[in-house]
Amino acid sequence: MEPSQQQEQQTHTLGDDSSEPLPQSDDHGRERFRIVTENVTVLFDGKAAIRNVSIAIRTNKVTAIIGPSGCGKSTFLRALNRLHDIQPNARVEGRILLDGEDITTLDATLVRRRIGMVFQKPNPFPAMSIFDNVVAGLRFNGIRKRSLLEEIAEEALRRAALWDEVKDRLRAPATSLSGGQQQRLCIARALAIEPEVLLMDEPTSALDPIATAKIEELIYELKRTYTIVIVTHNMQQAARVSDWTAFMYLGELIEFDKTRKIFTNPSKRQTEEYITGRFG
Amino acid sequence: MIERRLQPSPWVEYRRRIVNALGHGVVALATVVVLFPLIAVIWYTLREGIPGLTWDFFTQLPKPVGEVGGGMANAIVGSGIVVGLASLVAIPLGILAGIFISEYASARLAAAIRFVTEVMLGLPSILLGIFAYAVVVKPIGHFSAYAGAAALAIVMLPIVIKTTEEILRLVPRHIREAGLALGIPQWVVVLRIILRAASRGIVTGILLAVARAAGETAPLLFTALNNRFWHTTLDQPIATLPVQIFTYAVAPYEDWHRQAWAGALVLIGLVLVLSIVLRLVVSRTHFEHEQ
Amino acid sequence: MAAEVSSVRTVPQGRRFAYPWRGAVGNTVFFGLCLIAGIVVLLTLLAVIAQLVVESRPSIEAFGIGFLTRSVWDPVAEEFGALPFIYGTLVSSLLALLLAVPLSIGAAVFLVEIARGWVRSVLSFLIEALAAVPSVVYGVWGIFVLVPWLLEHVSMPLAETWGEAIPLVAPPATGPSMLSAAVILAIMVTPIITSVARDVLLAIPRAQREAALALGSTRWEAIRTVIGTARWGIFGAIILGLGRALGETMAVTMVIGNDPSIHTSLLQPAYTLASVIANEFTEATTPLYVSALIEIGLVLLLTTLVVNIVARLLVWSIARRYSQQ
Repeated sequence: MEPSQQQEQQTHTLGDDSSEPLPQSDDHGRERFRIVTENVTVLFDGKAAIRNVSIAIRTNKVTAIIGPSGCGKSTFLRALNRLHDIQPNARVEGRILLDGEDITTLDATLVRRRIGMVFQKPNPFPAMSIFDNVVAGLRFNGIRKRSLLEEIAEEALRRAALWDEVKDRLRAPATSLSGGQQQRLCIARALAIEPEVLLMDEPTSALDPIATAKIEELIYELKRTYTIVIVTHNMQQAARVSDWTAFMYLGELIEFDKTRKIFTNPSKRQTEEYITGRFG
Repeated sequence: MIERRLQPSPWVEYRRRIVNALGHGVVALATVVVLFPLIAVIWYTLREGIPGLTWDFFTQLPKPVGEVGGGMANAIVGSGIVVGLASLVAIPLGILAGIFISEYASARLAAAIRFVTEVMLGLPSILLGIFAYAVVVKPIGHFSAYAGAAALAIVMLPIVIKTTEEILRLVPRHIREAGLALGIPQWVVVLRIILRAASRGIVTGILLAVARAAGETAPLLFTALNNRFWHTTLDQPIATLPVQIFTYAVAPYEDWHRQAWAGALVLIGLVLVLSIVLRLVVSRTHFEHEQ
Repeated sequence: MAAEVSSVRTVPQGRRFAYPWRGAVGNTVFFGLCLIAGIVVLLTLLAVIAQLVVESRPSIEAFGIGFLTRSVWDPVAEEFGALPFIYGTLVSSLLALLLAVPLSIGAAVFLVEIARGWVRSVLSFLIEALAAVPSVVYGVWGIFVLVPWLLEHVSMPLAETWGEAIPLVAPPATGPSMLSAAVILAIMVTPIITSVARDVLLAIPRAQREAALALGSTRWEAIRTVIGTARWGIFGAIILGLGRALGETMAVTMVIGNDPSIHTSLLQPAYTLASVIANEFTEATTPLYVSALIEIGLVLLLTTLVVNIVARLLVWSIARRYSQQ
């Protein structure tokens, strides 16, 4: 854990509460940092899309990744649950530690069960009902017990704040829901497998303002239970929902700090230019 | 004011308009002429075939040469058997190969298999009969249902592959990723999510292949051969509807001609019904595409 | 609420999933199956080609290259030459294209450029249905309807009026003939050429039509520029139709008259490569006879392979050029 401690110290010099102690776990014995990346570089066909991204993501906090489009924020997010594995032309270098374990040493499917993901566009499985969508992750991993599936489905839908809207039509096709509902369904689907981390790749970019507000509220609720990493190109959204913010530009991590600090008193010139709207 | 230097003569304009109208008329006429044979074929098959569609036709065995009456019951069942056997091989193999092209193969290998599939689609089916004769009939020493099924399986294979692959490519990539992100193993994602999303289209391909195989005659002539009786085992010659129609149509007996028409009507009915079903299925298959 | 619920559920990860082994093992097994299926497909084509070559060896050794140029076909004396069949196949197919191509392209243009809404979808459906009708059904219709009709209304009058002057229509006119075969082939390849040509025309971007119209062209002139752009793809569609005509078996066998000699007159019987295999394969009693028939199959295979590959490349090149824009 040496490099991550370095990271820790670095962020502390930047943060404004350097009085916080340094232990690796909090009062409840949980890891303080759920995910730590060390010099993560992702190459497509040998060309680097992101370079040397080192970041420590705090447990039960919302971490936002912002930056102009094409800066590699989605690429980084996808590296966290090994989605680049299925692309033959992609290569990931560096280390990604989940609770201290290098994720490349774990089975990819097990990693993905611990790190859920919500995508830019709502993507419920076609030809499946609402219920089947929510329990897909469980059912296709061998859990067949009806009562358990029903229990977990209800719980996941409640957590995703969708239960009241769909409880009477769980058998309806998932595609019959509105865009915002579909996105919350996708969140419920991710929650049903009980991940520790929830990755969200611009989860509201395809939604209208009202649906967006609902999702943001939901993120606020969910962070009590989950560690959330959200990629967004909407700076106001990052400021509203996140505790920590990383700013990426041209494939590199420029600055990572408390959200308040990033948006009020950034230490890098590029960050300041971006948040004040001078580019991007 | 702009001086128009290119002032077309009224005669040229007039001619252009006539050519325009004429062109429209010619292509419309061509369409009518193209469709005319279909209408003629359906009309005559109905007119000549309906009288032959008796109860006997569906329930009786063929009568010996020269005797009036009898039916094609054994040939209808035989076609079902041979096409069924062929489907058992061609459908799983074709779907797996389609999955291989769209999910796993490198771009170059995928292109190669796709190309081979297209070439196979264009092969005269009688050549597949020769192939099945050489690899099944000759080693066993006699004609059989197996040999016919082998030939038909090769007829069906490229159709199943092509439609499977094309429909799988329509399933957006983010559906695959959503499955993987849930920690579902890739093969389960493919089998339970992608295939399910594409199921309508794949069923289309299967029906298309079955319809095509059910109407094939040439590859069966010297593989399944023919048989006047009920089939007891699969390693013996077996009657099939298309071969029976061919045999009866080229024979010099009125009653057999009547039965050939009836058989043709059954085949054409099967094909048209399947085509309509396919149309309905395909028109309802659509995915939201990635932005 | 969320916090309360979550405190209840702290199930260790991984244990709840019943088959932790399914991932890796399943992926490997399933990938293996798919790979095998893909390879089987490649091997099948190779096996068909190889098998035909192997089985024709006795005939190739007996007759050499002369097999292609000799016109004797005498099973009793075991003297075999493929020329009449090659001639019959080429002439019937080319004649069929002569009839089918203008009609098909006209129909494709009508479908893409003029027909709209339900007219277009109904016509497309009918043309696809036309392509799906089994060959033997066309054969039955051909033998009982088309052949007598052609004899009475086309062949006989032609032979009577022009027979003396033009060898191509010299009498005696027979029912089953090269002409009958060409007409039934034309009917059968028309839907194929039409639907491929339609797809090619559909691939041409809309902007091109609009550009032509914007320059003051009439609609017909705009259509002509589109056809000009699509010409190689349309040529591919025609070649694809040719491939189909060359290999078509049953319907042709039933109407061509099956005479293994070369007649100049199109109103007289002929024979094709596919037909002679269909008719004589089960009757072939000696190994050399069978081998000669399989060599005929090999000739047919090589011809259709070349024709199909050329056609595919042409159609694909058009599709690729415009899909990249």
